[in-house]
Order: sequence, then C-alpha cells, then structure tokens
Amino acid sequence: MKQKLLGSHLLLTLLSIVIGFLVGAILLLIIGISPGVAYAKLFTSVFSEFKYIIYSMIYASPLIFTGLSVAFSFKTGVFNIGAEGQFVVGSLAALAVGIFVDLPAILHVPLCLIAAALAGAAWSAVVGFLKVKRGINEVLSYIMFNWIAFYFSNYVVNLQAVHKEGGGEASKDILESARLTAPKFLTDMCPYANWGFLLAVACAVLVWYTITKTTLGYQLRAVGHSRTAAEYGGISSNRIFLISMSISGALAGLGGAVQLMGMSGRLSQFAGQEGFGFQGITVALIAGSHPVGCILSGLFYGAMKYGGTKLSLVNVPNEVVNIIMGTIIFFIAIAHVFRKLFQRKQKGGAAA
Amino acid sequence: MSFTTILGLLINAVLVSTPPLLLAALGSCFSERSGVVNIGIEGMMTLGAFIGAMTAHYTGNGWVGFFMGGVAGMALGLMHAIACVSFNADQTIAGTAINFIGPGLAIFLSKALFNSSDSPSLTPAQKLPKMFAGRFTPGGFLYNVVETYPAAYLSILLVAVIWFVFFKSRFGMRLRACGEHPKACATLGINVRRVRYVCVLLSGFLAGLGGAFVTLSTVSQFRPSVIVGQGFIAIAAVIFGKFNPQGALIGCLIFGFCNGIKPLVGSSNAISPNLISMIPYVVTLLALILFVGNSRVPAASGKPFAKDE
Repeated sequence: MKQKLLGSHLLLTLLSIVIGFLVGAILLLIIGISPGVAYAKLFTSVFSEFKYIIYSMIYASPLIFTGLSVAFSFKTGVFNIGAEGQFVVGSLAALAVGIFVDLPAILHVPLCLIAAALAGAAWSAVVGFLKVKRGINEVLSYIMFNWIAFYFSNYVVNLQAVHKEGGGEASKDILESARLTAPKFLTDMCPYANWGFLLAVACAVLVWYTITKTTLGYQLRAVGHSRTAAEYGGISSNRIFLISMSISGALAGLGGAVQLMGMSGRLSQFAGQEGFGFQGITVALIAGSHPVGCILSGLFYGAMKYGGTKLSLVNVPNEVVNIIMGTIIFFIAIAHVFRKLFQRKQKGGAAA
Repeated sequence: MSFTTILGLLINAVLVSTPPLLLAALGSCFSERSGVVNIGIEGMMTLGAFIGAMTAHYTGNGWVGFFMGGVAGMALGLMHAIACVSFNADQTIAGTAINFIGPGLAIFLSKALFNSSDSPSLTPAQKLPKMFAGRFTPGGFLYNVVETYPAAYLSILLVAVIWFVFFKSRFGMRLRACGEHPKACATLGINVRRVRYVCVLLSGFLAGLGGAFVTLSTVSQFRPSVIVGQGFIAIAAVIFGKFNPQGALIGCLIFGFCNGIKPLVGSSNAISPNLISMIPYVVTLLALILFVGNSRVPAASGKPFAKDE
C-alpha cells in the first residue's frame, strides 16, 4: 500500500513535470521559438559533458538545503517562507568567521558551518518566539525578517572592515582555509566544484532519520497533524514549534554557508532577493516534503537553473524555466484530483 | 526648506509609494476573508505591472493600461481560484506557483515583444495622468499634495468603499462568513464556491492594479525589479491590519511613510541607506509586538471547501 502511494506520488510528479514542459513549449511556440531548439539546448547544457553535471550539482546544493529547511517546517505545519532570510544570515555568519578567524581548514570549515547554522537557527527562532509568546503570525514576521536580513547583508558588505578595496560592491574573499573546494581533479574540470553537494546529501539523510526514527520527529509530526491532539498526548506544541523552526532555520543557514564557501567565496551587494529560499519552497513541494526527495528535486531544479543560464545563447528567454517550474508546482497542487481520477479508473477496472 | 515644503514632499512621497501596496492589500483582504490564502499577490502584481506598461505603450492611454494591468492580475487570480476553489488545491502551493509564473511570464513576454527584460520608457502622456496639471507653482505644498495621481486618492477612497462592502453589505457579510464557517454558509444556501471565486478574482484584479500603478506612475517602464517584494509586504500589511481594510491601510501607510522619509533622511548621508531601508520592517514588527499582538486568521482560511466531506 505504502509502495503504491509512493509510486503514485512519483507518477503524478512526473506527470506534472511533463505538463510543465508542454506549457513552456506552447508559450515558446506562441512567441515564435522552436521548443525543440530550446529544450535541446537545455538538455545538452546539462548532460552533454560530465563537468556540466557537476555544475548542476553545484547549483543544486544550496537549493537542497533550503528545500530541506522548508520541508522540515512543513512537517510541523509551519510554512517557512523565511528561508530566504535565514540563508542570508547564514552566509553572513560564515563570511564573518571565514574572513576574521584564522584557523587550519580542518577546524575552520566546521566552525564556519556551525556559525551559519546557529545564525539561521537564531534568525528563525526569534520568529518562533514571537509566534509562541506573542501570537504573531509567522508568515508576517518571516517576510519582515527576510527584508531585514537583506538590507543588513548589504550594510555589512559595505562596512569598511568587510568591504574589499576596489572590489566593487562586494566583500573581501573568505580565507582559503574556509573554502569547501573539491580535490584538484574535479576543480580542473570545473573551478567551482565543491563538497557542498555531499554535505547536502548527508543533511538530507540526517533530516530523514530525525523525522522518521526519533521521538522528536514523532512529536514534530504529531503537532503537524493536529496541535490539539498532540497537546492532549502531552507534547508541548510551543516547544516543538520553537525546535522545528530553529532546525529549519539552521538548514537554510547552512545553505547560505555552502553557497558562500563552495561557490562564490565572497558576498556581493544584493540588487534583489536572490530567491534561494523561495526556490527551496519549490524544491520541497516537488519532493512532497520528503527529505530524500529533496535531493532529487534539488538536482532537478539545479539542472534547470544551470541549463537556463545557457538558453540566452540560442536567444531563448531563460524565464521559460521559471514558467515551467511554476506550472509544475501548480499541477502538483491540484494533483490529488488526478489521483482520484486514477483511483476511480482502477476501481472500475477491478470491478469489471 | 520650510516646514510646509518638507511636509508637502513627504505627503507626495507617501501618495506615490502607498497605492501599490494598498491596492494589493485590499485585494488580499477579499481573498483571505473569504477563506482563500493568496500568497501569489507578488506574481499578480508583477504581471499587472508589465501588462499595464505594455498596454500603455501601445495604446498611449495610462488609464487603459492601469485597467488592463488589473485584468492581467485577475487572469492569474482565475488560475488561483480554479486550483484552490474548484480543485481544493493546497492554497500555499498554488500561490507559490503563481509567484513563479507571473514574474516569469512578464519578463518572458517583455523579451519576446521588446527584445529586453525592460519595456520601453513611457512618455508622460502615456502614463497615469496627474490632477490639476500646471495649476500650482512647482515645489510648493499644494503642488506636491494636490497635483498628483488621482489614482492614488482613488485607492485611498477605495478603503472606505471596501470597508462598507465588508461590514455593511450582504455580500460582505457572506464573504466573511465563508471565511469563518463555510459549511454553515452552505447549509444556509450560500454558494461558497461562487463567493470565493468572486473574492479571489477581485484579489487578482486589485493586485494587478497595484502593480500597474508602479509602472504607470513613478517608474515609467517595466523592469524585472519593479515589484520586488511589494506583494509580500502587502500580505504583511493585511495580517498587521487584522484582515480589515482600514487596518491594512495603516500597515501600508507605515511602509509608505518610511519610504517617504527615506530620501529626506538619506540625503544627510549620516546613516547608511541600507539601515534606513530596514526601518519599515522593524517598525511594523515593533508595532505588532507592542500594540497589535495576535492577528487572528479567518477560521477557514487556507482550508479548501469540499462539499462531499
């Protein structure tokens, strides 16, 4: 039974992906672009060479983290629309430790990661605290905190101690000992290759274990299903909200650290929100909030994002990627209708 | 600068920066109060901003562009309604989808039509008109306060209209009831789905108008960064205002006011502009913590209404 349900979720997700590409194709046709050319470019940009696959994994790593963050909060019935801000404060914390603390790599890297996780957790815990103690709607405070983080980051990047002399609108580079750079044979192929993806996979497994195999996970899910029932069973829902929102924030913060320590090495002044948090919502939704599924959907999104950057080479607006992703989640949102249709058919078939 | 001049400039800034938020927030009130969470406001505003600018570019009429911006928002509202009301979809997921589709479509169309993610600049004649143009001496108090966009005053007037609809009309009573206890409404013969459809469509229309106001007043063209987060701020203003139009107005005015003083304070250069930009968010949070407190979400908000349950 469980296998069947899992299979049908997978099936519906794949169906939604096909519909997403179809809608994208129709729009491309309308504006007079051959979908064949566009999709062939998208596909070859990702799969034609091994190094492109590595690029997709690099693009996927931060998205897996924010996806896990959102998926984790969904389990307790909290909608973490604030992963965006937690991602930013995470990268800021990693930046601070990465620039100002000088340690051997074996200590420096974990310290940066811990700082980022703590910063993200704290950023989200404040929202949880406001929710629990003052009854303030977390969606509202998350949105406010996203923007506060955004401007705070721009403020820090321009501080004299952090700003890079003549480096445009960017911070100094973090020290080499704080980088997550991959071994040389990989960086020879792709200069941005880093350990972020492996960290993301490890975190996904850890999150899966926590949710399904531990008492805490049981309590989280109980509160997510029914707060009153959980309270009746002796679980303090307020405590659980605080814990789950903190862990969710920590995951998003780690995503920020991985992006900084693996890929960019410095923070630039933002012109607009980077969107890692919002894309994480999509990753979590495509994965059906399953932690291991987040790896796959993160890879999918990462590949689409990376392939999308190449679309302008064949004069295709890369926004088609956003439209496809939006259509996919739209159909995932109404997928249960198809499920009912399928089930009805199956029942009919069994009777005959 | 004299006090009246500064006051005039401030009011002018508030009148320009508040309407987009306010229109979107009023739309959000409709949707939320009828029981449908609409997190897709941001996407609806962005598409409205583009379609508004595009229509004004081709027709040369700002009002037509403004209206078509609303229609574009409404088209996305229809998508949201089909998913959430007819198909009982998860409202947050559907809204998130709209936030990808709306801006994606806007930039996609802009690149297809204008070969650039920015639409061509609009001439003053193509934008929303100003009232009493040329009647007052430039820079004076009345010039700043009166010679401005009538659409701005209309949006504030709309608060009173919507307050009346919500609390004094039959439709308003019904839509609020649908957000609190849809089953009871259905028992009384109210068509819950129809009420919700109307509210979500209105929500999209108003969000689209809000987006179009941005491109047709100050910015004068569509750019991908033209909305950046205003839809989310509108949602925040609605929660802040406890889902009432008059409360949402106060929330929007906080943002409008803080945006208004930004250039006045920032010109001294003593404080980092990034810190000044944080003010509206911090003020909103503080106001919530200190004065407003718990904002109760309509009981049935976010829950699909299925007749067969």
